Amino acid sequence: MARTVTTNRKIINTAAAWTIGLLIFFPILWTILTSFKSEATAIADPPVFLFFDWSLENYRVVLERSDYGRFLLNSVIIAGGSIILGIIVAVPAAWSMAFVPGKYTKDILLWMLSTKMLPAVGVLYPIYLIFIKMGLLDSRIGLTVILMLINLPIIVWMLYTYFREIPGEILEAARMDGATLREEIVYVLTPMAVPGIASTLLLNFILAWNEAFWTLNLTAAKAAPLTAFIASYSSPEGLFYAKLSAASTMAIAPILILGWFSQKQLVRGLTFGAVK
Amino acid sequence: MATHQSRSAARLMMAPAVVLLLGWMLVPLSMTLYFSFKKYLPLRGGDLGWVGLENYTRFVTSSAFWPSVQATLVIVGAVLVITIVLGILLAMLLDQPMWGQGIVRILVIAPFFVMPTVSALVWKNMFMDPVNGLFAHLWQFFGLAPIEWLSQASMTSIIMIVSWQWLPFATLILLTAIQSLDGEQMEAAEMDGAPALSKFFHLVLPHMARAITIVVLIQMIFLLSIFAEIFVTTQGSFGTRTLTYLIYQRVLESQNVGLGSAGGIFAVILANIIAIFLMRIVGKNLDA
Repeated sequence: MARTVTTNRKIINTAAAWTIGLLIFFPILWTILTSFKSEATAIADPPVFLFFDWSLENYRVVLERSDYGRFLLNSVIIAGGSIILGIIVAVPAAWSMAFVPGKYTKDILLWMLSTKMLPAVGVLYPIYLIFIKMGLLDSRIGLTVILMLINLPIIVWMLYTYFREIPGEILEAARMDGATLREEIVYVLTPMAVPGIASTLLLNFILAWNEAFWTLNLTAAKAAPLTAFIASYSSPEGLFYAKLSAASTMAIAPILILGWFSQKQLVRGLTFGAVK
Repeated sequence: MATHQSRSAARLMMAPAVVLLLGWMLVPLSMTLYFSFKKYLPLRGGDLGWVGLENYTRFVTSSAFWPSVQATLVIVGAVLVITIVLGILLAMLLDQPMWGQGIVRILVIAPFFVMPTVSALVWKNMFMDPVNGLFAHLWQFFGLAPIEWLSQASMTSIIMIVSWQWLPFATLILLTAIQSLDGEQMEAAEMDGAPALSKFFHLVLPHMARAITIVVLIQMIFLLSIFAEIFVTTQGSFGTRTLTYLIYQRVLESQNVGLGSAGGIFAVILANIIAIFLMRIVGKNLDA
């Protein structure tokens, strides 16, 4: 029996929700709009909303002048690399914890989660020092490994909660039919685990893409991803709103789109399965 | 069901993740602990020997320490209150029947996916700039003098930016919790003629208690270490220097590693106190 609502009530709900929704979204909308303006229109008083000469000029300038491509490539490589490494390490671990739980499985899981709580600033200098000593400062590989490590607990947890939903009987049946451990993983488990792995990859790609402590502190010119590139706009240059907007729009657009697909996984991933 | 053989295989499969995380935790943390007992100035003489607890006492007694603790608590507290209160209201609204619910949800969640440096810079330049920002235009429209947000109302500004980033998270989690509320129970309450307010306090709020606790704890962990939002806006000036930012400045800007490391240990202890509570809740859920 569904709750019955009057049409009037529904109209009020709709109006209220849309108003608030648009208000919350407005800074993003404004950034996107500004990215199509000229610099003069961008700071026009009173502000211009929709009726201006739409132009792709800012995108052209940003793409041409600032090595935008390299920053973008760094973001893709670092975020992508970190989740691939993370998955390679996490799948076996999550698999064994979900299907062959031992006495200490729960403690290990919670301990892994606790490493996620370690404040980055508390280990900033040691990591910085290790990076200098190993020649990893401002390198993609170094940052990839760091991002893999900070997201590894979430990856393991998410995979664990997904794997636990796979019925164990299926694995037993495969085992009875004489499947080896390897066959069991490749032919039985993997196909069933693909959706869970995909959502895990998606959410952690977003987290890695937006990470802004290590990416700001461990990179300079060579390995800097988009977070650091955007931060370089922080010097007072009020005349570059339109270009800042174009650069920002390009940095957040792919993630906004991916993010909208991952709403459900977001809840599970970021509450470590405690809210579903 | 597990044989001896599969148990050892399981251990082997867990090993890489466990070893990596163990190394990630122990190596840098013990280095920080080690540095915290030393006078260590990489650019001014390097390792100048053991100093016992001097770094700790100096860090705590420095004039910057208590203001930074205060700034941290104010930001974390204010953002928590704003995101939880607005998050509950917004989640309840989004739970109502309406047209275009999916789209509204997307609009509300979007800020969470914006990278911190982008949201901080967009707010700083396009909204809070005292000359060209939208707020300045809005204030002028009403005949008011524009505010220099990031200097005159620096804390309010940071709190606004960070709340904007985290409101979607709170809303989404709380909405998920509300949606699992038993519809029949609500109906029974409605049929009994329970007033909306009492329905909220006796039914909705208790049902959401656990989700709220989780949101508070998870946000605390992330909020205690906000960095980019301050880095690209005030750089810690105008009273916005949080504990995290203070430690960052000690370590990387003034390269006083010993002092910064002592601060780092404080931050680790603080985070662990919160983490213990979060672990308890998550752990309980694991048994269920």
